[in-house]
Amino acid sequence: MRLKGRRALVTGGASGIGYAIVERFLHEGAAVAFADINAEGCKRAEKKFSKNGQKVHGLIGDVSKAADASRLVNEAVKFLGGLDILVNNAGIDIKGTVVDISDEDWERQIGVNLGGVYRMSKYAVPEMIKAGGGAVVNIGSIAAFLGYSGLAAYGASKGAVVQLTRNMASDFAKHKIRVNSVNPGVVDTPLLEHAIKAQAGANGDWQAIKQAYVDGQLLKRAAAPAEIASAVLFLASDEAGFVTGTALMVDGGYQIQE
Amino acid sequence: MRLQSKRALVTGGASGIGFAIAKRFADEGASVVIADVNPAQADDAVKKSGGKFGRTVGDVCKMRDAERMVQEAVAQLGGLDILVNNAGIETTGSVTTADDDQWERQISVNLNGVYRISRFAVPEIIKAGGGAIVNMSSVGGLVAVREYSAYGASKAGVIQLTRSMAADYAEQKIRVNCLCPGAVDTPLLQRACEKLGGSDPGKIRELYASFTLLKRIAQPEEIAAAALFLASDEASFITGVALPVDGGFSAQ
Repeated sequence: MRLKGRRALVTGGASGIGYAIVERFLHEGAAVAFADINAEGCKRAEKKFSKNGQKVHGLIGDVSKAADASRLVNEAVKFLGGLDILVNNAGIDIKGTVVDISDEDWERQIGVNLGGVYRMSKYAVPEMIKAGGGAVVNIGSIAAFLGYSGLAAYGASKGAVVQLTRNMASDFAKHKIRVNSVNPGVVDTPLLEHAIKAQAGANGDWQAIKQAYVDGQLLKRAAAPAEIASAVLFLASDEAGFVTGTALMVDGGYQIQE
Repeated sequence: MRLQSKRALVTGGASGIGFAIAKRFADEGASVVIADVNPAQADDAVKKSGGKFGRTVGDVCKMRDAERMVQEAVAQLGGLDILVNNAGIETTGSVTTADDDQWERQISVNLNGVYRISRFAVPEIIKAGGGAIVNMSSVGGLVAVREYSAYGASKAGVIQLTRSMAADYAEQKIRVNCLCPGAVDTPLLQRACEKLGGSDPGKIRELYASFTLLKRIAQPEEIAAAALFLASDEASFITGVALPVDGGFSAQ
């Protein structure tokens, strides 16, 4: 029980990596509020999580909207009685180069992945200061470090998240808030499937593209969401008491390859 | 018990960070052998562990010692799953002020020591069906600290060697990562503070603390907690990384 008595808010918690993080945090004794933009998914996930009688609550909202972010944090704090841990996981990925992406898509990509971290943190950090400190874990991406073609806005948003992590670590160290990022490579999630299907096109063989991704990994496999969750757990827990401002790659060694 | 039934060798395990790692690994259910160059300190460490640690004595600078230490560790443990290349020394000097012998010794212990021990330990970990290696680098391998040229080069070498080893042995299911601690409350730090601070070593400690975001130096147990994470199955998709455990020093 490595998070006994801790109160955590996880964004994008209804599916994929976020879902695995909520599951692991509950298993480690934390009380968890999770936010998701998908109302149905949110309710479904809450039902599954509460089966074991744990303190968990799903909240519906869009992290890219200031009013929603403020309300999400308020509701989470009301439910949890305070806040010790924030995981900024909510994210989307929109394809395109700077030439062919639409203005709206660019704004939306940056608004969710980067703006969402800013907005949620704006309201959550003061609550964590009230609690005497805590930990923020932002989900970056291997795309923050490598230039994938056709992923300009996504890459820019995640690169900015990695840097914002350092700035926040610097800004809130005096309040005993540690801030780190976890940067996944290929993970078996709905987002990955969605991205690969988009890449394959309507009649393309998306399974073959996925296999090519896997073959390109040092470990010759995609990560399970639970493997990202265990890294988030480490950084959110007291085990990482002297770790702040770091960008932890959880990419099966992809970044270091030639 | 996060390392139940795992078998681990920790070099430089008699004191400081190495001792804290060996102790934490043992507390988490691993069988542990420490390797150290100082026999008296190694005996002390075994005593302090309540007889839990096995021990082997030798110098990671010597190929023959490295081979024998790995053999002795494997004989005591019945195999090897985890290697922590922690043995290190610290010398000072720029490339113009460094003493030749000191330069050679610095590289020989911190960088070539990782090579020598790994050369014999990796085949044992492969025999075990895979495992994890944690190398000890330093923030001194990430950023340039004045008058620490040999130390910095040795630790940056460890980071790149970590990546190469991660690529070389991924197929054999060996994950290889390194830690980059900042200032840690160890005998090594104490000696550095005495050397630099003269009659007031506490002043240097405070200076080191002030360089970090968290405004303190680390306890060895905090480095051990990070080593445990990287050595355990919790880090099953993490390989080839250099994780700073430096209170935010390198993020500034």
